[in-house]
Amino acid sequence: MSDNSDVLLKVVDLKMHFPIYRGVFQRQVGAVHAVDGVSFDVKRGETLGLVGESGCGKSTTGRTILQLYKPTAGEIFFEGTNLVTLKREEMRWMRRQMQMIFQDPYASLNPRMTVAEIVGEPLSVHNVAMGKEIQERVAHLLEIVGLNPSFAGRYPHEFSGGQRQRIGVARALALQPSFIICDEPISALDVSIQAQVVNLLEELQEQFNLTYLFIAHDLSMVRHISKRVAVMYLGVIMELANRDDLYLEPLHPYTQALLSAVPIPDPVADQNRKRVILEGDVPSPVNPPSGCRFRTRCPIADKICAESRPEFREVKAGHFVACHLVS
Amino acid sequence: MPDLLLDVKGLETQFKTPDGIVHAVNGVSFGLKEGETLGVVGESGCGKSVTMLSVLGLIASPPGKIAAGEALFFGQDLLTMPAEKLRQVRGAQIAMIFQDPMTSLNPVLTIGRQLEEPLMIHIGMTKNQARDRAAELLSMVGIPNAKDRLNDYPHQYSGGMRQRVMIAMALSCSPQVLIADEPTTALDVTIQAQIMDLVKRLRNELGMAIIWITHDLGVVAGLAQRVLVMYGGFIIEEASVNDLFANPSHPYTIGLIGSLPRVDGKQQGRLYSIEGQPPVLYQKPQSCPFAPRCKWVMERCWKENPALAPISDEHRVACWVDIKTGRTR
Repeated sequence: MSDNSDVLLKVVDLKMHFPIYRGVFQRQVGAVHAVDGVSFDVKRGETLGLVGESGCGKSTTGRTILQLYKPTAGEIFFEGTNLVTLKREEMRWMRRQMQMIFQDPYASLNPRMTVAEIVGEPLSVHNVAMGKEIQERVAHLLEIVGLNPSFAGRYPHEFSGGQRQRIGVARALALQPSFIICDEPISALDVSIQAQVVNLLEELQEQFNLTYLFIAHDLSMVRHISKRVAVMYLGVIMELANRDDLYLEPLHPYTQALLSAVPIPDPVADQNRKRVILEGDVPSPVNPPSGCRFRTRCPIADKICAESRPEFREVKAGHFVACHLVS
Repeated sequence: MPDLLLDVKGLETQFKTPDGIVHAVNGVSFGLKEGETLGVVGESGCGKSVTMLSVLGLIASPPGKIAAGEALFFGQDLLTMPAEKLRQVRGAQIAMIFQDPMTSLNPVLTIGRQLEEPLMIHIGMTKNQARDRAAELLSMVGIPNAKDRLNDYPHQYSGGMRQRVMIAMALSCSPQVLIADEPTTALDVTIQAQIMDLVKRLRNELGMAIIWITHDLGVVAGLAQRVLVMYGGFIIEEASVNDLFANPSHPYTIGLIGSLPRVDGKQQGRLYSIEGQPPVLYQKPQSCPFAPRCKWVMERCWKENPALAPISDEHRVACWVDIKTGRTR
């Protein structure tokens, strides 16, 4: 795909199927094909946006990369090490370098712990600091994310949504990771607060040379923050390209429809654009369509789309598409 | 003004909480013209939903209390109307759809049964007439095999289809006003596009007036003709949709539009961000509610709360500063 020197994370044909058990004997009767063969690289220092609608497998992809789920198949290389084959203890060591920021700042912070305990926990769990040093590090981290260090003794409920997300960011930064998976970090926040958190993430990236996998369904925000963008649908990456290539010249019919469905906060521009309105709903990942996953809603689907699964191929430099009908 | 379908004046709603009285709506006045689509935008807690729930008499009391105001619908005040009479208006002449279609549908009744109910109660149809009409309504909102699907339960429908059912139910008695409270917020963008498309089509076919409450300025731009922007329980700007986006005049509206990245990419660099938090109002504010976050704040803003005042024919703003010239109004 590209030279390996600047690749921080390489995902190869990753699959995550969740088994479904039924009946008295709890026999496996099927599987949710949440992630079904995705491959991509994340380069050092960049932000890769991973977008798609609910249930497309974008969050599962993120969690599987961190080995929060054991993948069904595939390989995940971080700095050249295959995470899938690592033992528990080895993986724990790796996690110091890869952290996660979660969507819901209300659910992802323990309500019975103070901010100091939440942000300091990774430090004591991984034995990188003790006692007074933890306190100093916590105060410094709070300052970095724009919170008053004197709030360290407070509990999460005393903070607003945006401030809680800052606490989550401080916790993710505690171990000085090189890679952070941001799983819908702003979708639970109000519009005026979203910009604050996104600006913070961008500043931290420059300051600490962080690499982000930014998972979101908000295509406008992903365009703003990402260098490259991957579009997922029903467990499969449909298109991956540099941000401007993807937004200005989307090649996959799904990307085209998705982009045209995003409302633009400008009534004049909104009236003058072409819209593709997809019919129907996303099929169930228990029983995904044969061939191309998107063919049941695709406005240009052909016979071949039902017969074989389109290869994820590079049609232009750095522009990958999984579609039979794109030349 | 006789051409107003709904005329709300000086509405104030408060909630009693353990921490004190929250002043959720603080003197809101607006009119709705026949057949128009009015967008109401604002962030969580700005009072946009509470305003509409108050108008429909859907605020639980206690803890809620409508402290002042009137809401004239065809000359009759909805706020003082007897409960029984209000119930006849609600559902028949003014219908409402909500954000989460799963919690607004009864999970143990079939879709058909839930669609027939308002038809039998409000219009007095027989069971069979209601059944036929229910099938008609379902196909009108774009659900295939409508007749068979009447026997399904809500969990057998997807999120987008449930919202279609809610729309069918709301429109079943041909209301003059449809109030939609964030109806597409829980949906994916491609499904949101379907629903907005459906609402536009039905609006043209049926000609009802719509009040569309949302936090998404993009949705408002694509759907509304006129827009109210709310902050801290006040309307702080009101304008036609084109004027609002071309010429936003309240610092909050300017900040809100500026803080949005755009999918068509007309913005670069850092996002404009409004510092600080939206207020929780334990007292009715005597100063401008946006003053603590405002870049243009001056002494007067802390002393007097500006009223909504016209700056052109159909554009009203509640701000002491004229942002363009930097002078006071």
